[in-house]
Amino acid sequence: METETLLLNMGPVHPSTHGVLRFKLRMDGEIIRDCQIVVGYLHRGTEKFGEMKTYLQFIPYTDRLDYIAAMPNNYAYVKAVEELAGIEVPLRAEYIRVLVMELNRIINHLVMMGSLLLDLGGSTMIMYGFRERETALQMYEMLCGARMTFNYVKPGGVREDLPEGFMPKLNEFIKDMEKRIVDYEELVNGNEIFLMRTKNIGVISAEEAINYGMTGPSMRGSGVDYDIRKVEPYSIYSDLDFKACMCREGDSYARYLVRVDEMRESLHILRQIADTIPEGKTVNQRYGMAPNTGAPSSVMSYFPRIFTPAEGEVYSRIEAPKGELGFFVASDGTTKPYRVKIRSPSFCNLVALPKMVLGLKIPDLIAAFGTIDIVLGDVDR
Amino acid sequence: MEKGGIRVDPVTIDTTKIRMTKRKPETALEKLEDTGLINTLLAAKDREGFILLTTIDQAINWGRLSSLWPVTSGLACCAIEMMAVSMAHHDIARFGMEVFRASPRQADLMFVAGTVTKRMAPRVKQLYEMMAEPKWVISVGSCANTGGPYHESYCVLKGVDNIIPVDVYIPGCPPRPEAWLYGIIQLRQKIKNEGYGVKWGLNK
Repeated sequence: METETLLLNMGPVHPSTHGVLRFKLRMDGEIIRDCQIVVGYLHRGTEKFGEMKTYLQFIPYTDRLDYIAAMPNNYAYVKAVEELAGIEVPLRAEYIRVLVMELNRIINHLVMMGSLLLDLGGSTMIMYGFRERETALQMYEMLCGARMTFNYVKPGGVREDLPEGFMPKLNEFIKDMEKRIVDYEELVNGNEIFLMRTKNIGVISAEEAINYGMTGPSMRGSGVDYDIRKVEPYSIYSDLDFKACMCREGDSYARYLVRVDEMRESLHILRQIADTIPEGKTVNQRYGMAPNTGAPSSVMSYFPRIFTPAEGEVYSRIEAPKGELGFFVASDGTTKPYRVKIRSPSFCNLVALPKMVLGLKIPDLIAAFGTIDIVLGDVDR
Repeated sequence: MEKGGIRVDPVTIDTTKIRMTKRKPETALEKLEDTGLINTLLAAKDREGFILLTTIDQAINWGRLSSLWPVTSGLACCAIEMMAVSMAHHDIARFGMEVFRASPRQADLMFVAGTVTKRMAPRVKQLYEMMAEPKWVISVGSCANTGGPYHESYCVLKGVDNIIPVDVYIPGCPPRPEAWLYGIIQLRQKIKNEGYGVKWGLNK
């Protein structure tokens, strides 16, 4: 029987759209026949700020792209600038960078798990997730004084060395998390309702995932073995022992499982770093001025506020918690970048959503959307 | 009033003494007293004049500030801290505020948590207008207060107070959960001193 289709508007203010995303759905009864994604409600002109600010002034803005996991954004931009200007980084600084990034990956996946379960009607997981997140954020506070927007990674190194008492806290966190992940799995993985809501929902095949340009855990859930840490190792990842987590099914449940496994792998990486982190400088001494004496914040003065890389352009990419995060930075030999383009994982993963949800119902849209794991700051920039 | 040679002023009853002589509530009045409502009714303030309405105001305000229901409208980074505030560690259930409503029609309070872009501004205004009176707004973070780090941007509103009235501003980028709690306490103080008597200028 033919029925009239109904245009349904979902968002931009909706508890399950993780911010200010809007869906335009064409509904046939309860079945989604068409899904349009309307973005731009959080467009803040970040790329334009890249042209307006100097190289160092732009780093705080990268914090506010993917605000759940800000450290990889810092690093991705700084890595591009370092490649542009040919700045070398001491080994200890690289270790600290990978440490803070992997810690951020765990935080990201905790928040993702929590909000997914909250959208599906279970409010326990988000309590657990934010409990552990709070412990991790305390470590970040020790490190750089901020909870979410760090501004920690700088060209030539990191802003501060690890403070006293950081390593014991890290070891404690690793030990706790190992047990806690088992708890989460007991709570969520076998849950009948969760399985019914996520299995065979939002399926996307490996080929389609590649064609849509998906990256990160969302694509690895479809069985594509593609992790930039493995394919194109940067920083110290080539020395570390870890595996790219993968599932074959390509549904929401598979994407969820990939993230739980990734948390384990991140813990494994953290453990290796805690064991093998070398002593030394955390900032390239040859680069920039000598530090002022006295104040503890004098580490800041290693970095000249203004520097001019040679003319040229660079695209540098990393494996952020949500997928491939790339920064294209073009220099025209002045103190400010000529152009900054951000290839954000959330935006590129989001375009595959309409393909996933055709023929499903609205609650399934939420389940599929939750496992793609986007952040609106990253989508709209 | 004269009682046994001692002058008792009905306006300055010491409410702490009522609590000290507390026993198991038996009568209806004692049960009411046990809820704390009678204390609020009896609590005397330094306000002069319109005594009848001030006590009613206090009872109403007590009710309003004890169960502020916020609307779920996260805009940007600060929304993540809003989630952190509502979770177990910082726990705004202590203020009776953990009931985040998905519909603005059921909410009393709006946290404008994050950057208000020019595209989002009409929606924020509409959201505010959909809320039923009485309603309060807390502007959270530098972006909502003034535009913050995005002040120079071509597409960001320079402060949410351009479109809706704001009661409390919380600075920070994003504000720490402790700052949120302080802001909430400030709003509670503000609500405590509101009232019809104040609005109509009766207790001057």
